[in-house]
Amino acid sequence: MDDLIAKLEAQFASAVLEKKTFRGETSLSVKPEAFREIAKYCRDVLGFDYLVDVASIDHFETEPRWEMVYELYSMSAGVHLRLKYRLAEDEPEAPTVSDLWPTANWHEREVFDMMGIRFKDHPDLRRILMWEGYPYFPLRKDFPLEGKPSEVPEVAFTNVAPLAGGPFVTAPTDGTTQVREPRARHLPPAPPKDKFIAEP
Amino acid sequence: MSVETPVAYDSKVEGNVVFTRLDAAINWMRGNSLWPMPMGLACCAIELMAASSSRYDIARFGAEVMRFSPRQSDVMIVAGTVTYKMALAVKRIWDQMPEPKWCIAMGACASSGGMYRSYAVLQGIDHLLPVDVYISGCPPRPEALLDGLMKLQKKIMNERAIEDQKRELVENL
Repeated sequence: MDDLIAKLEAQFASAVLEKKTFRGETSLSVKPEAFREIAKYCRDVLGFDYLVDVASIDHFETEPRWEMVYELYSMSAGVHLRLKYRLAEDEPEAPTVSDLWPTANWHEREVFDMMGIRFKDHPDLRRILMWEGYPYFPLRKDFPLEGKPSEVPEVAFTNVAPLAGGPFVTAPTDGTTQVREPRARHLPPAPPKDKFIAEP
Repeated sequence: MSVETPVAYDSKVEGNVVFTRLDAAINWMRGNSLWPMPMGLACCAIELMAASSSRYDIARFGAEVMRFSPRQSDVMIVAGTVTYKMALAVKRIWDQMPEPKWCIAMGACASSGGMYRSYAVLQGIDHLLPVDVYISGCPPRPEALLDGLMKLQKKIMNERAIEDQKRELVENL
């Protein structure tokens, strides 16, 4: 594990911005322009032959806004590695790794569909969950949970969902199920525990 | 010289004749041979499958013939979450079903969107189709589905089959 990371850091000393280890998991933040090269090195030299997942994070109202997260795994060594890099808000374009790990094809399409991050040289960058013509990127922080109206004739339409004061959230507590029950944010907080008659 | 034959009594068919209204007969036949279109979209479909298994046996109510062609089915059982992406496909299948047809919204999601108050989920199939029976539950047990089916049968028994059909016939002419 450590020797693989050390090898990577030695090879790309200037490109690795930050290294974090938490509960045996290593995350490396790298420079976006060096990411593809690092990914290729990870696959070909270090033996990370399995791309577990590709995710994206919206750090709304901080700059740079977008962050890409790649979960790598080496089948032979049994080692997990997380690679991250940040992207600026105005040009969310990332390099594709679908030529390195074919599974990235659909993962990147999902990232594009939900976050609107485009992938340079992706072979088939279409929406995957929503339909062609849907005008929004619904997992962005500035997109409301209840949605926005849209219409693509003959294909699909969307309307605003009635939230009725929701989203219904539960508060962290050690109380009973009655205390823990999800409540709308605008409602007054749950009555104190001793107000409840039934205790399990 | 003509021979009068009595209409009311014929020894050859004695005991084999039942008098009823045509409406009642047609409704009885329709109600007891409802062929479902299983629109299984989520976990409710599992309960729908259980309802046709031997323990719950939807065949007792004549609705065991799940037809995967809308042209052969009478009742669409919308079992599960209808996303906006799926909604127009459901509508298209509904439009392909021949009259007379009925719709059962099975479970919270099909009835109202359920817990999915979100950008992706249609908030109740009744935004698109006329629903005859709503079944509560998340998912409803097979017994609840059978109860809904019996409610639908009761509803069908009260329909004016001939009169409605005649009116449609006249309108079509």
